[in-house]
Amino acid sequence: MYIFTQRPGPSLIATVTTDVSCSNIHTHTPRPHCDWCAGEEYWVDSRTVYIGHKEPPPAAEAYIPQRYPDNRIVSSKYTLWNFIPKNLFEQFRRIANFYFLLIFLVQLIIDTPTSPVTSGLPLFFVITVTAIKQGYEDWLRHKADCSINECPVDMVQQGTVVRTQSSKLRVGDVVMVREDETFPCDLILLSSSRGDGTCYVTTTSLDGESSHKTYYAVPDTMAFKTEQEVDSLHATIECEQPQPDLYKFVGRINIYKEREDPIARPLGAENLLLRGATLKNTGHIYAVAIYTGMDTKMALNYQSKSQKRSAVEKSMNAFLIVYLCILISKAVINTVLKYAWQWSADRDEPWYNHRTEIDRERHVVIRAFTDFLAFMVLFNYIIPVSMYVTVEMQKFLGSYFIAWDKDMYDEELGVGAQVNTSDLNEELGQVEYVFTDKTGTLTENNMEFIECCVDGHVYIPHAICNGQILSAASSIDMIDSSPGGYRRHEDLFFRALCLCHTVQAKEEETVDSIKRGIHLGKPTSFYISSSPDEVALVEGMKRLGYTYLRLKDSHMEILNKDDEIERFELLHVLNFDSVRRRMSVIVKSSSGNTHSYKQHLIHIIMDRNSEIQMYTIKPRADTSIFPRVVSGKVEQVRARVEQNAVEGLRTLCVAYRSLSPAEYEEACHQLSDAKLALKDREQRLAQAYDLIERDFTLLGATAVEDRLQEKAADTIESLQKAGMKVWVLTGDKMETAAATCYASKLFRRSTQILELTKKRTEEQSLHDVLFDLSRTVLRQRSLSGLSVECQDYGLIIDGATLSAVLKPSPESSGSGNYREIFLEICRNCSAVLCCRMAPLQKAQIVKLIKASKEHPITLAIGDGANDVSMILEAHVGIGIMGKEGRQAARNSDYAIPKFKHLKKMLLVHGHFYYIRIAELVQYFFYKNVCFIFPQFLYQFFCGFSQQPLYDTAYLTLYNISFTSLPILLYSLIEKHISIEMLKRDPTLFEPIILFLDVAKNALLRWPVFLYWTCLGLFNACIFFFGAYFLFDNTTFTSNGQMFGNWTFGTLVFTVLVFTVTLKLALDTHHWTWINHFVIWGSLLFYVIFSLLWGGIIWPFLNYQRMYYVFMQMLSSGPAWLGIILLIAISLLPDVVKKVLCRTLWPTATERAQVGRTELCTDPYDMGLCIIMLKHEVMAADECHNNGPQDLVTVSLCIQIAIDKMQLCSLSVAYACLYHSPTATIGHSVYNVDIRKSLTHMTPYLGLISEDFSSMPVAIEVEHLPTEVG
Amino acid sequence: MMASSYNAKEEDRHQPGATGHVGSGTMTNKMPDNTAFKQQRLPAWQPILTAGTVLPAFFVIGLLFIPIGVGLFVTSNNIKEFEIDYTGVDMSSPCYSCSQSYSWNNTKSCTCSVPFSLDQPFESNVFMYYGLSNFYQNHRRYVKSRDDSQLNGDKTSLQSPSKECEPYRSSDKPIAPCGAIANSLFNDTLELYYIDPNGSRTAIPLVKKGIAWWTDKHVKFRNPSGNNNLTVVFQGTSKPVNWRKPVFELDPSDSDNNGFINEDFIVWMRTAALPTFRKLYRIIQKKPNNMTPTLPRGEYILEVTYNYPVRSFDGRKRMILSAISWMGGKNPFLGIAYITVGSVCFCLGLVLLSIHYRYGKRNSADISS
Repeated sequence: MYIFTQRPGPSLIATVTTDVSCSNIHTHTPRPHCDWCAGEEYWVDSRTVYIGHKEPPPAAEAYIPQRYPDNRIVSSKYTLWNFIPKNLFEQFRRIANFYFLLIFLVQLIIDTPTSPVTSGLPLFFVITVTAIKQGYEDWLRHKADCSINECPVDMVQQGTVVRTQSSKLRVGDVVMVREDETFPCDLILLSSSRGDGTCYVTTTSLDGESSHKTYYAVPDTMAFKTEQEVDSLHATIECEQPQPDLYKFVGRINIYKEREDPIARPLGAENLLLRGATLKNTGHIYAVAIYTGMDTKMALNYQSKSQKRSAVEKSMNAFLIVYLCILISKAVINTVLKYAWQWSADRDEPWYNHRTEIDRERHVVIRAFTDFLAFMVLFNYIIPVSMYVTVEMQKFLGSYFIAWDKDMYDEELGVGAQVNTSDLNEELGQVEYVFTDKTGTLTENNMEFIECCVDGHVYIPHAICNGQILSAASSIDMIDSSPGGYRRHEDLFFRALCLCHTVQAKEEETVDSIKRGIHLGKPTSFYISSSPDEVALVEGMKRLGYTYLRLKDSHMEILNKDDEIERFELLHVLNFDSVRRRMSVIVKSSSGNTHSYKQHLIHIIMDRNSEIQMYTIKPRADTSIFPRVVSGKVEQVRARVEQNAVEGLRTLCVAYRSLSPAEYEEACHQLSDAKLALKDREQRLAQAYDLIERDFTLLGATAVEDRLQEKAADTIESLQKAGMKVWVLTGDKMETAAATCYASKLFRRSTQILELTKKRTEEQSLHDVLFDLSRTVLRQRSLSGLSVECQDYGLIIDGATLSAVLKPSPESSGSGNYREIFLEICRNCSAVLCCRMAPLQKAQIVKLIKASKEHPITLAIGDGANDVSMILEAHVGIGIMGKEGRQAARNSDYAIPKFKHLKKMLLVHGHFYYIRIAELVQYFFYKNVCFIFPQFLYQFFCGFSQQPLYDTAYLTLYNISFTSLPILLYSLIEKHISIEMLKRDPTLFEPIILFLDVAKNALLRWPVFLYWTCLGLFNACIFFFGAYFLFDNTTFTSNGQMFGNWTFGTLVFTVLVFTVTLKLALDTHHWTWINHFVIWGSLLFYVIFSLLWGGIIWPFLNYQRMYYVFMQMLSSGPAWLGIILLIAISLLPDVVKKVLCRTLWPTATERAQVGRTELCTDPYDMGLCIIMLKHEVMAADECHNNGPQDLVTVSLCIQIAIDKMQLCSLSVAYACLYHSPTATIGHSVYNVDIRKSLTHMTPYLGLISEDFSSMPVAIEVEHLPTEVG
Repeated sequence: MMASSYNAKEEDRHQPGATGHVGSGTMTNKMPDNTAFKQQRLPAWQPILTAGTVLPAFFVIGLLFIPIGVGLFVTSNNIKEFEIDYTGVDMSSPCYSCSQSYSWNNTKSCTCSVPFSLDQPFESNVFMYYGLSNFYQNHRRYVKSRDDSQLNGDKTSLQSPSKECEPYRSSDKPIAPCGAIANSLFNDTLELYYIDPNGSRTAIPLVKKGIAWWTDKHVKFRNPSGNNNLTVVFQGTSKPVNWRKPVFELDPSDSDNNGFINEDFIVWMRTAALPTFRKLYRIIQKKPNNMTPTLPRGEYILEVTYNYPVRSFDGRKRMILSAISWMGGKNPFLGIAYITVGSVCFCLGLVLLSIHYRYGKRNSADISS
């Protein structure tokens, strides 16, 4: 089959092996042989493993020993000797670090105005701290690696068990693993202590699924019970080279027996035990190592994710480039001016200031270049090292607040929010599109069996009350009264559900997983499955009288209604997959029952000498089952299924088929053929399944309810109100998904639904449908300019249509054509539902939106492995720590316990972090313009000689200590608006306007940046020229003594530090004691430092230029007056701008701020609206203090408020209530559409409906302003 | 276990793994602490800059600044200052010949007398400055060309001055004081004579103490210790190139004002911030009897020993007589600036008041209609 020629020689491989072991995992590729086998395509795919390193018999292939990496795990990046060079290299690969290094080197080499210490010290600090941190982390990794590599392993050698270290394990070694031990590498199961050759495994640490999975041994080897027997095995395994996919494995075992042809058996994922998984409920197993060390699937799976960058970071980089340009142009301008100015020798070298000989001899070009560099160095502080440090600190420390948030803590799971990447904190506040999974994210994925329908008869097992089943009389009646013919179907149906699943029954006491059992009066067993639907079904069956007991020796045991045990031999399981969307089992019923009725049933089957095959479509039944059905009451069942789906239930159809021995033989043959195949196994299996799964008799359908998660609707509504578009992407079928969307308020009753589904495109061409829809949507938009109320649209699209839309169209209209129209439609829809999505399609959608021309920020949230691709694709990926394992949570940037926590995450944390980091970035640039521009101006007064204005200490410490802490703290704890305001119920206020204030990176756009930069330039001019005029040819002191250039610089610097800090103080809206401490503290620190720095002759300095400069300055009255004056002038324009903007063109944020504090103090002056606002705010505060903030409490508080306003019309109060952010500032109450506001008040109608209904419409109108418009 | 070891690998360059600890921390922790800090609920003062809140501040600033400004302006205007340029650029200027004939090699000093008259008497202490223009004392090469440890009396620095002093570091012997600043010490001598109405000249006593910062004279600048005889101390050093006499002969009459601690020298060593600057030269102290002004109205003669060349770089030399108030010398800038800022604030306050009034009213008008 495969030709193995030209295998690499051992020596060559040996070099590769060492390379692998010392390279880190990121760069490691599992294909070490490719270089030698360019022409040998087969060979790349597979490897041959000799079990126990035994040569195959000569008749078989030639034995060529192969070398594979040993089982050492290397996750550390550095070793002791390469740490320093490698780490430095890594660090200086960052542009910023490299830039600072360059500046530092320039300072070392040429004669520059500032000492190398000024830039070397901060750089050294940053580099050292990072290196220590990374070193520590690497040390931790080394430790972890060591403990794993030295973990003892039992190996079978020459028929005895030898204990060795995990890292010594080699491919082909036979290993014995005991219960509760973790597999040391990827193993093929040979035999287990359980007689049937199975073992149970949990893969919690791999994919988070806590259920026990069953793995099988090849029948030919499962009999080996002792080491000697295992050792006698003579076999080779051919398998593919390691692939990262955890659930796929293709291989073949060839067993050589004496004087017999080798037996070949297929190996699949069910034979492969993965490293990292743990053996459970099985005494011990023997297995052979096939992938070791860095080849294991686990190692291949933990490659680092691609780096996500936030929009803020991108704008920061753009600003940096602008500043770099400014820096370079400043240096060039100064250099040119310098040479123009000193054209005459008297200026260049007046008699009092000669150059040195060496300097004089230099070529003028070199001198000019040196001058240029010197200017660069002088002005380089405009791009501060500390900005990077501060931004990183802000992100790192800031993410703790997310993890600490108790509102995002879930009692039930015992976890809080988890931050995997702190780089994206601010991106959370920028999200425009939210893509959410349905099952497990919007819904609880906590299935409850609701009903089943057999041939159109509905059974409802009634709710469990106090641990007892209360069967509904009606369903029992139905069963009793039904005719015998359908009774047979009923029995078949129940048996089918009991048989067709992968549920395991567990004894209560042995269960260590989080899955809940069914708490009957007598807790005997527990069901565990990877699919909650199955558990729900089996439990439902139990309530209807059929109890699944266990799987024992390939026989499934069922306790039937009459407390008799029925046994069915399980022949084949045709596993569920997402393409087929169904699962089947082939079982053979066995005799042994005595009950006549049962005999009858079995007799029928036995008569045909057949196996009964159950067939279910899992987990979501849809029309795809019906073509495969040949008999049964299709119409009734279909009607019921559709009705259930509309109600938002998950439906499942059950069908069966009897197989004759011949048919079974054929099926068996096809299956085993397909399973044996090394190539295209998937495809061949699918074909085989397809052949078997046909000609069914439909039995009935089930309905399982998946309840909406707590507050899912509220959360979605808040997100929509905040201007985000929420898309639901689900694999579920349209009806169920749409029902969930209605339940979660994604679609409202008023929403007009646009369908873009396969059903519709079958009737009309895709082209026409798309144009139709876009016309509808666009017409609405052109109208909406006039009307206040605009129609919302909701779009439903299914996977098939989506792929048709995305497929480049063959017509001449251009490939991107449909895509554009589709995007246009989507843009105008408030909600989009995508159903029938494959996991990859989810990612495709996200990618599509990401790449659309507005480049919106996207967020994907999901809980299961099928959401991972979407989570990785979106700008921000959020994982729900749900029941479907932790795979999504692990791959996400943030993980939260419940969907409802998304609201706080985005609306509060995201918003805060965006505001904070935006201010941080802008402020940093601003303060450095303020800092450096005076130096630039000073050059015009010092003959362009690169004389620094400030002392070295000031240059060094400005960004490090005088002005760093206030902004860092600001960026950590600033709250421009209260949490309640942000989180408040969206039906009361429209937070959308709050979020529009920051949408699309609004605070970091060029106009804002320009404003800050201009403010910086203005301030710098004030500092410099203010000091200039103060110093201009006059005396400053009352004793007539004169000040020098350092006093001048110190004066400018003092004004600078104070202005910059006070500017931040003016921007701070949330003054906690920490803010006070840090802001006033850092000013105080500056003063104390300056006093100290100038107070002593520092012995280690070779200059004493600052000696007493600061104190002399402070001893002069005019200096004080000047400092105060300059600070006042510098801050004045910003204050005026703020006040004017706030008064004349207030943003929503500012209105909300005012509403919170000011207007509430004087409600009667401002009218009703403010009274309402005040009460609402009080309500919110009160609710916060009292515990969970729910609608009822808030509305109760409002009720009280309404009661107090006896003189007011309720309706006006409502109108204002809804519209108060606008009303407070008094833009007008005219805009308030009373009808609209009332619809928005719906949540409260329940509480106050009486008052409301008694209020005649006439009164509403009466209290409106009479002249509207 | 295995998984956690790999978690560390999922780090990225910016935020290596450490945030992972945040997560894993919360995973094992119970409920997050319900502290005000961790829940971001620290009690806070939430000031908001609205027209209403800023208004008073503006008026207060206006009302504070305008009087201060007026005070400053008046004070500044009352300060008498007299300035005379004695560079000798004009042919008519008495120092013209001196400025023309100047050369460093002249051993004989050139003197010239500049007559001037004061229209108003100076009442209190008068401070006499010399001023230079177009002299870049703040040039980088110049500013750093000094050795502070030498000036602080360090013996080793005396013998081997800092490299920064190049090219004024050593002639054949190390130069003390080294560097361009010291080398270019201002060496004109200015003397002031009052011409009595009867024509006789009275020399006005010029005090040369107290012109340098106290800390400079007593701490920062120090003669090398060991011997009271400065000649001995400075042995083995040579004078700066442009100096006529060595450092220990700067003021032979007063040992407290000789060598490095000569006040004229210290004043010069404090480099000026701008290319046009003045430096304190002498103080004319108020007469003790308090009856006659320090410098009465009348005719004066400024006797200049013209040593210092400035023509080569287009410089100017001035002599300034100035009285000093509590706020220093004559400087109308501060007063004018205060008045301006104060009035601007006041006007802004009025504007804001009208805005506040208009927009504040509109709101309630809307409702009441």
